[in-house]
Amino acid sequence: MSHLLITPLLVPLLAAIGIFWMRSQPQGARRHIARALSTLSVLYLNLVALLLISAVSGGQTLSYALGDWPAPFGIVLVADRLSASLVWLTALLSLAAIAVALRGYDARGRHFHALFQLQLFGLNGAFLTGDLFNLFVFFEVLLLASYGLLLHGGGAARTRAGLHFVVLNLLGSSLFLIAAGLFYGLLGTLNMADMARLVGTVGAAERGWVAAAGLLLLTVFALKGALLPLHPWLPNAYASASLPVAVLFAVMTKVGAYAILRVETLIFGPLAGPLAGLYQPWLLPLALLTLVAGILGALSSTRLALQVAYLVVGSAGTLLTAFALDSATGLSAGLYYLPHATFAAAILFLLVESVALRRGALGDRLAPGVRVADGPILGALFFVAAVLMAGLPPLSGFIGKWLLLRAALDHAQAAWVLAVVLSTSLLAMVALARSGSLVFYRGEGGDALPKSLPALGGELLALLWLLGLALLLLVAAPAFLDFTDATALQLLDPQHYIDAVLTPHVEVP
Amino acid sequence: MELLYAFSVGLLTACGVYLTLRGRTFPVVLGLTLISYAVNLFLFAMGGLLPGRAPILSEVGTEYADPLPQALVLTAIVIGFAMTAFVTMLALKARAEDGHDGVDKEAPR
Repeated sequence: MSHLLITPLLVPLLAAIGIFWMRSQPQGARRHIARALSTLSVLYLNLVALLLISAVSGGQTLSYALGDWPAPFGIVLVADRLSASLVWLTALLSLAAIAVALRGYDARGRHFHALFQLQLFGLNGAFLTGDLFNLFVFFEVLLLASYGLLLHGGGAARTRAGLHFVVLNLLGSSLFLIAAGLFYGLLGTLNMADMARLVGTVGAAERGWVAAAGLLLLTVFALKGALLPLHPWLPNAYASASLPVAVLFAVMTKVGAYAILRVETLIFGPLAGPLAGLYQPWLLPLALLTLVAGILGALSSTRLALQVAYLVVGSAGTLLTAFALDSATGLSAGLYYLPHATFAAAILFLLVESVALRRGALGDRLAPGVRVADGPILGALFFVAAVLMAGLPPLSGFIGKWLLLRAALDHAQAAWVLAVVLSTSLLAMVALARSGSLVFYRGEGGDALPKSLPALGGELLALLWLLGLALLLLVAAPAFLDFTDATALQLLDPQHYIDAVLTPHVEVP
Repeated sequence: MELLYAFSVGLLTACGVYLTLRGRTFPVVLGLTLISYAVNLFLFAMGGLLPGRAPILSEVGTEYADPLPQALVLTAIVIGFAMTAFVTMLALKARAEDGHDGVDKEAPR
């Protein structure tokens, strides 16, 4: 049995433990060791993610039984194309986050690197686990780390946003436990492949309970993925997070989207009998409403960071719209849009912080005032990022939205999808054009600027790295689309997943 | 017994939800604690309420209690404890920084 599957979990966990161990060292040495360990871990994770994705790109679904306890009795880790590509995305993004953190953001609070590594541990675990209760545990790991990271840097605004974030997520965790308990009581298993096998066989009397448990799960994942009635926690939390944290958080809503997609296609997929497509009637209207709410929020924001956070809500809506179409083309469009939306959000957060630092007391407020230092280069980058985020040609956002619209044509609600996606794209463009012109064109004088400005070092490096990745998504679009098409077909064939997890062990009594 | 058990879980949850919706942080923390108690009891009952069974599989009899919900509850209790401690500290920090214990920006009446 190859240990490749557990490596993306062990590397950040061991790095985090190692960093905690260095607490007895003197202050200066401790920081250097923490930085070195954290950077090495992220670099190694990128390597492991590449190995993982090449191992599954042929269509295999790898399964790893922890402690060699056979599934469904033990806990399994499972990697298919979807899981591996999300682990890869996280690794790529964390590289940008660490480049920014090393610019001094990590010294503004305690334990940044340990929490950062634990967050990566939780993210990778959530993507790779094949067990529902284990998914809960990894959600808790990544949330606990994110609570600490959100508060990193201190300040009353962060504490207030953190309090709301923590209380809401604690309620979400309680709902998750209730759903997991219901599933165990009804199906007698928490292994997701085994659940997918059994969910089609439940009697008519218990079908309602299984549906209730499934919809409770949807509620929990909707909270993580910022789906409409449960999205208001996101804008304040993301807008008040410190920069490297905001960059990493760009992938956090994708965990919710991943969990929805996994449960939708595996447990309530084509094998679920009468319960197949349980999420369908809910997902599409909620996703479209999320898109509208996000864009309206972006239009009414008075701060640039808040506007970007609302655009993240909007992109979560777009992503789930694609997943809600429940067709191979729709899933493929969504899977192409997912990395694009992650990079676009991270790029915009990076730009917002750089711009706010260069406007003196005005910060990121959307008001005309001082001329931005380094205006031409930041303005040009902002223009590119806005084109990327709004989904205009020629960048990757356009391909994502075009694929989504083409996939929607076959859907019964095509008119709604087209109307909402197109009009919100226009409004996103308006919102970004307005803030761009306010910040970069309507500035006079430079008196209020701070005397010594930090050079654009790590931020620019991270920006160029993420822009390069977004550009790669465009240039290598045919290759990426082959991959997402294959991923979508793999997701729509849950029997393959079930066989891969359960077959080697069926003879065990 | 099932009825009493279900009633207890329901009552705990109801009290927890009421307290969580309050405007000050302390009742909210208490409410979250009550909800997590209710959830732990609920999880525990999911293996079936079967008194007088062997705790684990034995060779003597075939009747045994399901050990898995106990393991799940143990995990949930540990996580719940840690989270209660964290949210208490966070509430105290917010109280110290803003000078009031309201959940929102403005002080509650």
